[in-house]
Amino acid sequence: MPGFLFRRLGQAVLVILVVGLLAFLMFRFVGDPVAAMAREDASVEERAELRERLGLDAPFVVQYARFIARAAQGDLGVSFRNQRPVAELIAERLPATLELVFVSTLLSLAIGIPLGVYTAIHKDGWLAHAVQTTSLVGISVPTFVTGIMLILVFSVSLRWLPSFGRGEVVALGWWTTGLLTPSGLKALLLPALTLTLYQLTLIMRLVRAEMLEVLQSDYIRFARARGLPERDIHFRLALKNALMPVITVTGMQIGGVIAFAIVTETVFQWPGMGLLFIQAVSFVDVPVMAAYLMFIGLVFVAINALVDLVYLVVDPRLRNGAASRGA
Amino acid sequence: MSGAAVARTPSLWRQFRRSARAIFGAVVALTFVLGALLAPWVAPHDPFTLGSFNLMDSELPPAFMPGGDARFLLGTDSQGRDVLSAILYGMRVSLTVGFAAVLLSAAFGTVVGLVAGFRRGWVDALLMRVADVILSFPTILIALLVAGIARGFIPMEARADAALWVLIFAIAINEWVQYARTVRGQTMVESDLDYVKAARITGVREGRILTRHILPNVLGPVLVIATINLALAVLAEATLSFLGVGMPPTQPSLGTLIRIGNENLFSGIWWVVVFPAAALVLLVLSVNLVGDWLRDALNPRLG
Repeated sequence: MPGFLFRRLGQAVLVILVVGLLAFLMFRFVGDPVAAMAREDASVEERAELRERLGLDAPFVVQYARFIARAAQGDLGVSFRNQRPVAELIAERLPATLELVFVSTLLSLAIGIPLGVYTAIHKDGWLAHAVQTTSLVGISVPTFVTGIMLILVFSVSLRWLPSFGRGEVVALGWWTTGLLTPSGLKALLLPALTLTLYQLTLIMRLVRAEMLEVLQSDYIRFARARGLPERDIHFRLALKNALMPVITVTGMQIGGVIAFAIVTETVFQWPGMGLLFIQAVSFVDVPVMAAYLMFIGLVFVAINALVDLVYLVVDPRLRNGAASRGA
Repeated sequence: MSGAAVARTPSLWRQFRRSARAIFGAVVALTFVLGALLAPWVAPHDPFTLGSFNLMDSELPPAFMPGGDARFLLGTDSQGRDVLSAILYGMRVSLTVGFAAVLLSAAFGTVVGLVAGFRRGWVDALLMRVADVILSFPTILIALLVAGIARGFIPMEARADAALWVLIFAIAINEWVQYARTVRGQTMVESDLDYVKAARITGVREGRILTRHILPNVLGPVLVIATINLALAVLAEATLSFLGVGMPPTQPSLGTLIRIGNENLFSGIWWVVVFPAAALVLLVLSVNLVGDWLRDALNPRLG
């Protein structure tokens, strides 16, 4: 068990270092940091002095090590565009994105799992067919089109919900939340729904496929032969095992969803990290781009670790066999 | 091999005729491709030459609505451009990026897969690790990073002209991985078969074995991936252009049109955004239908 954990930790550190290297390469070689930071009329000496002060004359490896060391201490450089520390910008935008992703993931699990179970149990019913077909069309509709259509219906035509921003937020320490005010909740509804529809289809189809497979297995047939009620077979026996891959996929997806929130945040002008990143790409604000890349790398590693831990808790076979699995 | 291909063709055609979804997809997709190809001849107006459109005609609703004008079937935008013509020209740009990205990634991925599967050893290990890294990040994120980095290197005034190439590259860099993995697996299987061993023993050169013997056997899966990836590439292009890092307004793709329409959403001219969006969704859906059918019909092992 400790060997397994150490190996995972080693892998995680390696991933972070590689992502850090990519971020550093970008930071160092895309555009000229000196040109971006010096005043327009700076003299040659001033530029040379700035170059030295930024440590750009040191050997490559030293620069990389310094970059990682600074990043580990939370110093991610200064944004070219608005001259503020990148770490501060990210901390400011983080709550908006995490609340959006959290709410939409909860929603898609709460809707996707029952729908998947239903379509698996009644796989030849007309309602199940209708849901399946709708989900096929859903895959072909890009997220930004979904968002625009929701705005057209609920903001432009019906005028029920706001189409941009976070509404009123409440500060809890450095964290700002929109979950505690009516206007914050109203503002969250459309963006969360957009992101939910993106995840929902996949979760539903996965649950359906897993349920269909589990329902074929021997222990389910045996339970049927014993005469257990259908409700118990479906929900107490089958669903438990069908949910295992769903944990993995949902976990893996969260990283993608955070990245994909870029699109949703752009449509709804949601002041999260995705919008920050898009503005950075448009203005070639390299420190922000590099920091965002590292953040996503960190999220991926953290979620991977979390999924492994959840597996250990959910599946007793792994708890006993964890050491042999790591070997 | 060529004998087998000939024998398979009629059954493929028969399968096609029996699938209503495939026929629907193919007809819609072909109509779009033709409309895009022939845009300069079939479009009722020329939407991008100044002076060919008139502010007097701006914000006209579609022809079938009250106040519509028969000259503009799908209405006009805030500058008096014909929406239908803009869609046809935009489809041209979207499909150009899509087909180019598919060609580039299919060619590169197939070569990488052939070499990795045939040589094995460290070449294989290295290429597959690179593929793993690319696969573990979402397409849209990598494409955005590539677009951002390209902006850093390309001077402001050249960006509009370079946009098409940046997009093609940004999408292709994500998509070659799938071809490489599939072709690699198939190459490994093929190169262990007796006919390849026989060719080796009789002294046929490696390059010839790869191109004449193994390549024809991996083209089926490549075709399936290419069809599905065409839909994905069109979607990725539209998303990037919608986010404002793709095609510029002077040379709009469907995504750019939706972006522009979105900015005018609250002035009530819904047709400027709904019709380009509908065209995009129909295009992607129809290509997906053909891709799904092709996957079931050829039934290749996809890696």
